[in-house]
Amino acid sequence: MTAALEVSGLSYALPGGGPERRALVQDVSFTVGEGETLVLLGRSGSGKTTTLKLINRLLEPTAGEVRVTGEAAAKLEVTRLRRRIGYVIQEIGLFPHFTVERNVGLVPTLEGWPPARVAARVREMLALVGLDADTFGARYPHELSGGQRQRVGVARALAADPPLLLLDEPFGALDPITRVELQREFRALEGRLGKGMVFVTHDVREGLLLGTRIGLMHQGRLVFLGTPDEFKSSEHPEARAFMAAA
Amino acid sequence: MSVLAFYARNAQEVLGLIWEHMYLVLISTGTAILIGVPLGIALTRRPAWRGSVLGLANVFQTVPSLALFGFLIPLPFLGGIGARTAIVALVLYALLPIVRNTYTGIAGVDPAVREAGRGMGMTDGQLLRLVELPLSLGVILAGVRVATVVGVGTATIAAAIGAGGLGVYIFRGVATVDNTLILAGALPAALMAIAADGLLGLAERRLAWRRT
Repeated sequence: MTAALEVSGLSYALPGGGPERRALVQDVSFTVGEGETLVLLGRSGSGKTTTLKLINRLLEPTAGEVRVTGEAAAKLEVTRLRRRIGYVIQEIGLFPHFTVERNVGLVPTLEGWPPARVAARVREMLALVGLDADTFGARYPHELSGGQRQRVGVARALAADPPLLLLDEPFGALDPITRVELQREFRALEGRLGKGMVFVTHDVREGLLLGTRIGLMHQGRLVFLGTPDEFKSSEHPEARAFMAAA
Repeated sequence: MSVLAFYARNAQEVLGLIWEHMYLVLISTGTAILIGVPLGIALTRRPAWRGSVLGLANVFQTVPSLALFGFLIPLPFLGGIGARTAIVALVLYALLPIVRNTYTGIAGVDPAVREAGRGMGMTDGQLLRLVELPLSLGVILAGVRVATVVGVGTATIAAAIGAGGLGVYIFRGVATVDNTLILAGALPAALMAIAADGLLGLAERRLAWRRT
């Protein structure tokens, strides 16, 4: 069985030469299997978000390789690659002039699904994230609460049934109560979906709750990779700093 | 002699000049939209060009209109006496608000929306057509409105180089110190500007997406 995602020797440096040329991501390697959630944990600027963007090629790696379900990402047409990867960001980025239905149905529509199939899929996805399609389908994003918007964001990312999901601090901008609610629901969802996921966060508690494995990033490098239990007992100073803050 | 009496006596000529005036404005604004919107879009894709293109458009805007008409007369193909020269000058004037508003409108689209669109696998064309243009339509139309209203006013000066329009009465009135004649040209021009402003404002409110 091929893994949902294989990353090997991934590096990214800002364009422009010279000794001050900054490496934002250096030699990062990991594998994410089906049904597995790898949490990339790290401080701001540690390279977590950059790593995500290297996977869906919003940034082009300067070295290393990314394989999605066994296929080399660099060899795929970039729009095709991205339609196979669900992407959820903190700001959500719902299209403000699209209804909830059109937002969720976007990638299936781009992929040329017939409208009836898109509509059925949209209902299914909204139900999956706990939103009633009859109530919410025709609304616009500004008519939703922050938590509802983020649910729509997750539904949109899942709509075309991608084997891999990238989530960049999806619950970071929510109020604490809604955040905990969505974390719990997301945890229940993970098991049911059976997708590979990479979840970026700087919240260690969130990481330990949602990750089947934790990858700790520090100054552009992956300095720890292991289960949440291994993370808790890790001797790495950065891991200890995170545990002390929890 | 009152303006109304003047119109009654010269109805045929007045209607002809109004039509000429509208023709000058419609052709020049239309051309400016066809050039300006794609140019504005191009600037969002090549931000390095922004300074020089907007700078050049700015320069045209600062040249006094009568001088610009004068400069164009000796040019081959574009210049000469008549409507063609006037249209070229009016297009140059209309370009700046249209290019600038197209650029500003698209550049003002929420970066998170753009990143989400790209991250989900939209091509650049799809992003432009489905997201960026619909979201910036209000700002672009506002630019067209400014260009049109300014164009109606500037087109009165086109009469100075034989392009016709309502400026004919104004220049004739100035030359003969005849206020009735000046008013006969200025009134319909002002009404035309107000009408254009109202109609395009309506279109802006009807077509533009807004958050309310």
